[in-house]
Amino acid sequence: MLRFVSTRILRALITILAVLTFAFVVLRMSGDPAQVMLGPDVPQESVDAFRKAWGLDQPLWIQYLAYIKAIFTGDFGVSMRDKASAMQLVIERIPATLQLTIPALFLKVVIGIPAGVYAALHRQSAVDRGVILAAIFGFTIPSFVMGLLLVLIFSITLGLLPSGGQDTWQHGILPTLTMSIGGIGILARFSRSAMIEVMGQPYIRTASAKGMPWQDVVWRHALPNAAVPIVTIVGFMVGSLIAGAVVVESIFSWPGIGRLLVVSVTNRDLAVVQCILLMIAATMVVSNLIVDLLYGWLDPRLRAQSAH
Amino acid sequence: MVSKNLVELRGLKVAFDGVQVLHGIDLDVGRGEAIGLVGESGCGKSVTWLAALGLLPGKATVSGSVRVDGQELIGGPRTVLEGVRGKRIAMIFQDPSSSLNPVLRVGRQITEALAIHRGLSGDAARAEALRLLDMVGIPDARRRFELFPHEFSGGQCQRVMIAMALAGEPDLLVADEPTTALDATIQAQILDLLIELRAETGMATIFISHDLGAVSQVCERACVMYAGRIVEQGTIEALFDNPRHPYTRGLFDAIPRLDGPRERLIPIQGTVPHPRDLPEGCAFSPRCSHAAVDCRSHRPDLDPLADGRLLACHHPVGQVLADTRRNAETRVMETVS
Amino acid sequence: MTAPLIEARDLVRTYEVRQGMFGKVTPVRAVDGIDLKVMPGETLGVVGESGSGKSTLGRMLLGIDPPQEGQTFFDGEAMPKLGTPEWRALRAKMQLVYQDPLAALDRRLTIAEQVAEPLAIHKLVPKEHRATRVAELMTAVGLRPDQADRYPHELSGGQRQRVVIARALASRPKLLVCDEPVSALDVSIQAQVVNMLRDLQEKNSIAMVFISHDLKVVRNIADRVAVMYLGRIVEEASSDVIFATPLHPYTKALVSSVPVPGKPLKGRMILQGEPPNPANRPSGCAFHPRCPLATDICRTSVPALRPVADGRTAACHLVTSADQPVAA
Repeated sequence: MLRFVSTRILRALITILAVLTFAFVVLRMSGDPAQVMLGPDVPQESVDAFRKAWGLDQPLWIQYLAYIKAIFTGDFGVSMRDKASAMQLVIERIPATLQLTIPALFLKVVIGIPAGVYAALHRQSAVDRGVILAAIFGFTIPSFVMGLLLVLIFSITLGLLPSGGQDTWQHGILPTLTMSIGGIGILARFSRSAMIEVMGQPYIRTASAKGMPWQDVVWRHALPNAAVPIVTIVGFMVGSLIAGAVVVESIFSWPGIGRLLVVSVTNRDLAVVQCILLMIAATMVVSNLIVDLLYGWLDPRLRAQSAH
Repeated sequence: MVSKNLVELRGLKVAFDGVQVLHGIDLDVGRGEAIGLVGESGCGKSVTWLAALGLLPGKATVSGSVRVDGQELIGGPRTVLEGVRGKRIAMIFQDPSSSLNPVLRVGRQITEALAIHRGLSGDAARAEALRLLDMVGIPDARRRFELFPHEFSGGQCQRVMIAMALAGEPDLLVADEPTTALDATIQAQILDLLIELRAETGMATIFISHDLGAVSQVCERACVMYAGRIVEQGTIEALFDNPRHPYTRGLFDAIPRLDGPRERLIPIQGTVPHPRDLPEGCAFSPRCSHAAVDCRSHRPDLDPLADGRLLACHHPVGQVLADTRRNAETRVMETVS
Repeated sequence: MTAPLIEARDLVRTYEVRQGMFGKVTPVRAVDGIDLKVMPGETLGVVGESGSGKSTLGRMLLGIDPPQEGQTFFDGEAMPKLGTPEWRALRAKMQLVYQDPLAALDRRLTIAEQVAEPLAIHKLVPKEHRATRVAELMTAVGLRPDQADRYPHELSGGQRQRVVIARALASRPKLLVCDEPVSALDVSIQAQVVNMLRDLQEKNSIAMVFISHDLKVVRNIADRVAVMYLGRIVEEASSDVIFATPLHPYTKALVSSVPVPGKPLKGRMILQGEPPNPANRPSGCAFHPRCPLATDICRTSVPALRPVADGRTAACHLVTSADQPVAA
C-alpha cells in the first residue's frame, strides 16, 4: 500500500515537472515579454534593462534551472506586470473560479448521474431519449457557443439574467449553467452506459433470482459496480475545477483564474502563467490520485490480496 | 386449492424481439423430484426457467402459465415473483464466478438472502450463513466469510451460490448448467453435493445440462428439448435404454465413449436451425435420418406412449414396447445430408 | 525406427505473476520440466485441469512461448527463436487451432480470404491457383463452396472451427496443435469436427497434439495420452489402456469423475479439494494433498516420471508396475 502511494506520488511529481518544463519552454519561445510589456516604441536600452532585471538575458537553460530551484524553495516568482507575488495573484482569483466551478460540478453530479441511471433502467423511455440527446449536445456544442446561446435567450431576448460581471449571485447563473449543461450530458451518458453494462451482468440476475426487491437490486448490487467508470469521469471533472472555466470566464467577464490566465498569456507574464499551470497540474494530479485510491475502495479486485 | 404438483408450466412461450424461441412448454414438477432438461445450446432449456422466474431481459415477451402451488406467476405483479424467487424456487447458474457480485463480501451476499426470506439479521444471520457454508463444503468458512468472490475458485463460488440458494429453504432448486464451467474433478464434487443436498432437504431439482451423463446421475426423469420444444420426456431408464426420438438417440450416439472399443463417432448431421427460420413440420426433420414426407409438413405433437413417456415424433426409432399408437411402417426418406 | 517429428526435452516455462494491485511478484512455474515425443502422423492427447499448464505446453511446442529451460526439436532440428525468418518458415509446417474460432478469425475477411491467407504469407501457391486450392480445402473440412463469400459471424460455431482448421491445413503442416478445439461446440457438432479431424489427419498423415479437458474426446482421437497435473506429466500411455486401467491416482480420479450415462455416482472416486495454485506448489508430489493414498514419501520427495510397463510411464511413488495398479 505504502509502495503504491509513494510510486504514485513520485509519478505525480514527474508529471508536474513535465508540465512546468513544457510551459517554460513554450512561453519563452513564443514571444518576448519585454516587447509585450514595454510596447513597440521603447528604446533598446530600456528593453535590455528590463531583460537584465528579469534575468531574461541569461541562456534558457540557466533561467530554467534558476526557476526550478526557486520553486523547490517555495518561490514562485513575481508578476512582471503587477510586481506582486505571482502565487498571491493566482490564489486571490481562486475563490471566484470556484464560485462557478463548484456549483457547476454539483449540478453535473446531482442531475447527470441520476438521469443516466434512470435512463439505463428505463431504456427507450422519454427520459432515456432525452439523456441521449442531451449527451450529444453536451459533447458537440462548445461552451462558447452554449454561453452565447444562453446569453441570447436569457439576457437579450428575455432580459431575465445579466450577461456579464460578478456583482450579484444572479450573475453566476448563466456561467454556471453554461459549464454544467455539457457535463450533465456527458456524465449522464457515462452513467447510463455503465449501468446498462452492469444490469446485464450475471450477478444482477443472481440478486434478482434470490428474491431481492428491484430497488435493492439496483441500489445495493448494481450501483456500487457502476461506480468505477462514473468515478473516473467525476474525478476528471474535479481535476478541472480550476482549469475548466477559462472560456466561460472570458465570455461572462468573470474575474477568475481563467481570465487571469488569458490576460497573463497575452502579456507574457511568465511567472503568473507558470503559477496557474502549476495549480492546474496539481489539481489534476491530486484528483487522479484520489480516483485511483477510490478504485481500490470501490472494487476489491483491485486491492491487495493480502490473505494469500 | 393446493394442487398436487409443486410447479406446473402450461404453454410457456417466449419471444425475443418478436422471434419465438420457446414454443409452448408443458411440464409438471412434483414435490422433491429431480428432472433433467437436456438439449444443445439454443434449445430453450435455460430460457424456460429464466422465463418462469421473470429473469429474462425486458425485450423478452413471455406468455402461458407458470403456477407454483396453484399461484400464477406470469402476468402478475412483480411482488408475486419476488416472493417466489429464492423462497419457493431458487436458481444457480453456469458461470459461478461472475454470478456473485464482485464488490460485495461473500458472507453478506448470503446473509442478504437470509434477511429477505427468513428475517434473520446480525449474529443470527451470520451463524446461519456459516452453517450453510459448512453444509456446502466451504472449508474454514469463518475466516472466508469476509472475503470477496474473486478470492474463491470457480468450484467454491458455485458452492457459495448453492449456499445462497439454500438460504430461503426453497422447494425447488433450478441448476442451470452448474458444472459446465468447472474442471472435471470439481464437476464431480458439485454433482455429488447437489445429490446429497437433495437427499437431505427433500427439495425438488431441475437440472439443466447438455451432459447426459451428469443428468442421469442427478435425475429420475428428463426432458429432451430441441428448437424450443420438448421432443421426448420420460424416466432416465426409459430414455437411456431405449430412446425413441431420433434426436435423443442422436445425442447418445454422438457422445464419445470412455470404455469399450474406440469407434468412429456418430454425429448428427447439419446444425440447429435459427429460431427465425425454423423448418416446417418437425424442426428436427432436416437433420433426421428417419424423416418421412409427413415430418416435413406436420409437426408431431408431444403425446404419451404406452410405456409412460411423452414423445413428439411421427416415426420413432428404437423398440416398440407395447406401443400401438401408430403404424411404424411408414415410408422413410433417405437422409439429406 | 523413425525419428520423432517433434521432441521436447525438459521444457520449463515460468511466468511472473503479480498478486493484486499492491502485491509482490511471484514466479509461477506453468510448465515444469516436460519431456515428450510425437511421431509423424501420431496423435498425442494432453489432458489436465485448468492450471495444469497444458495450453502453455501447446504454445511452447510451436515456439510461440519460448522456454526458459529445455529445448524443442522439430524434425531433428532445434526450434529457431520466436520471430526469426527461420521460425516463420517453420510455422507453415506446424499450425495451431484453439478453442474460440471467432477470436481466431478476422471478422472483416470472407471465409475464402481467410483460408487463402497462409497461401499468400508463405508464398505456397501461385496466385492463379489459389482459388482452386481454397475450394479444395473448404471441401476437405466439409464447408460448402457457396459459403466462401460469407463472413465469420454468418457461420455457426462448428462451421467457424472448420474454417480455422481449413486455414491451418492450407500450408500442408506436418504438425497440428489443437487446444480445446471442440470444447465450445455442442455434442452433435463436436462429433462432426472430431471425425473430420481424424479423417484429415489420416489422409494427410499429420501429427497432432490434441489438448483437452474432455477425456472422452481425447480417448477417441488420440493414439497416446499424457495426463498433466500442475505443470508436469504424471502419466503417459496409449489411449487404449490409460483410461481403462489408469495407474496414477490422479488419472484414476479423472476417469472416475466422468459421468457415464446410466451409471450411478456411487462408488466413484471423488477427489477432495481443488487443484493447487501453481504459485504455491505443494512439496513432494504436487498431487499429495488431494491424493487418498498419499504416504510420507509423497509429501517430501518428488516422484520422477519413469517407465512402469511397456510403453507406459507414471510419476507416482506408489505405482510399481502395470500389473499392480494403485488400489483406490
